[in-house]
Amino acid sequence: MRRQKRKAAGRAAYMALVLTFLYLPLMMVVLFSFNPSKNAGVMTGFTLEWYKQLFSDAEIAATLRNSLRLAALSIGTAAVIGTLGAVALARRKMRLQGLMEGVASLPVMVPEIVLGMAFLAAFSFVRLRLGLATMYLAHTTFCIPYIFLLVKSRLAAMDPQLEEAARDLGARPARVFFTVTLPVVLPAVAAGMLMAFAMSLDDVIISYFVTGPGAQTLPLKVYSSLKVGVTPEINALCTVTLGVVLLAILIAQRIRGVKSS
Amino acid sequence: MKKDRRKWLCAPLYIWVTLFVALPLVYVAGVSLCKRDAVWGVTPEFTLENYRALFNPSYLRVFADSFRTSAVAAVISLLVGYPFAYAMAKSSPARRAALMVLVIVPFWTSALIRTYGWMLFLRANGPVNSLLKSLGLIRRPLKLLYTPGAVYLGYVYTMMPFAILPCFTALESMDWHAVEAARDLGARPARAFFTVTLPLTMGGVMSAVTLTLVPSMGIFFISDLLGGGKTVLIGNLIQNQILTARNTPMGAALSMAMLALTALILWIQRRTGGETRIL
Repeated sequence: MRRQKRKAAGRAAYMALVLTFLYLPLMMVVLFSFNPSKNAGVMTGFTLEWYKQLFSDAEIAATLRNSLRLAALSIGTAAVIGTLGAVALARRKMRLQGLMEGVASLPVMVPEIVLGMAFLAAFSFVRLRLGLATMYLAHTTFCIPYIFLLVKSRLAAMDPQLEEAARDLGARPARVFFTVTLPVVLPAVAAGMLMAFAMSLDDVIISYFVTGPGAQTLPLKVYSSLKVGVTPEINALCTVTLGVVLLAILIAQRIRGVKSS
Repeated sequence: MKKDRRKWLCAPLYIWVTLFVALPLVYVAGVSLCKRDAVWGVTPEFTLENYRALFNPSYLRVFADSFRTSAVAAVISLLVGYPFAYAMAKSSPARRAALMVLVIVPFWTSALIRTYGWMLFLRANGPVNSLLKSLGLIRRPLKLLYTPGAVYLGYVYTMMPFAILPCFTALESMDWHAVEAARDLGARPARAFFTVTLPLTMGGVMSAVTLTLVPSMGIFFISDLLGGGKTVLIGNLIQNQILTARNTPMGAALSMAMLALTALILWIQRRTGGETRIL
């Protein structure tokens, strides 16, 4: 019995160690965003100075607006396209379906850099000016699979008799869709949108290739300032981004957890 | 046949992914077979030169470096991640769910910000050096950041969730009676592990390897930020070829090589039966 206990304690300690490793860099960013000293490697106190500077910085505000606008537009488009596609394909075998689904989920499988390069090459080929428009096209493309795949698996788990019953009772297709199908898939749509939001708000690699004048986003701003060096405002900026993304992910996990139980 | 109208709802999806996934990739494949134009872009003239150039010693070295970095990091993250997955599988169901969330959450936050966190941790006046100095162990700060070791650390860190999750899935669905049987028949714990547990969870280990290997090679900012740009990996090479050297055809050929590698690894993963949900 005692040996069992000691084993369990050992396992718990090991897990704690690995989890510390996983969360260490996140803790660093958050901690140092409250550090009064610009360069010290240890905490010298507590301050909100960097947040004050951050929120009074006009450039950062513009960047934040870009990021949010971009995320909202891309996720909105991706939600419509992904959900409709999932509804159409969930229970029907269509021509080219396997191929198209494969292509649609490529953005989550292919290394991001390949996608970024492909976008840049294609956009330059058709002479699209790089900027918010190209960012929108790219972000929508990599947001679609998150929503499409989640909604499709939700529909696969749904009882097909629900829709049949509505039809038998005389509901038109549109009515069946809005009163039966949509409410069932809505949690999956929401979860997918939140995940896509996190991805869009964090994307560096693809954005790095397709960005242009006036299309600076938060991660791009962070990346370019990191290459120069560490500044306390960036700590604050990263902490804010982390907070928003964590919130989105936790809500998404919640929604999906409720769904599956 | 009224209800079949619903199939048209997939039209936007088909059109979008054709325009923005399939065509760009086909275009890149085409460009990789073209000659380079003096200024920007491409001359539509067929050549295999870009693919031949992939076998230049300088490129081969980058591939070798990338592969070594990814492989070493994958092995380390497996050596750390597998025992973690094992401990997870041995926990109570409620705790398992909580641990699952704890492992997934960092994966969903920005890799850039996490890499930056390591910069803060490792820099010359960061916590490690400050601690060692205050303990009197060192007089001048150790150079931890901008070293190959830091790049390895960054990769191991980024791969860790990908290593843990497939192993956990395999361990969770494994039939533990087999292990008990081995123990009842007198096998020591170590022997039971190596002859029963490990072979039974090999599928999970294989998908962990495939999941950690490929995506990692494209992340150019890890070696940029933690290695100070001294370590050139495939990701950096593609980025350089396209945005700095403006050699689009060469960048396209490199991308194609990377795509082929991804396909190969996904194929191996499917063959070995491993499957992991990340979504």
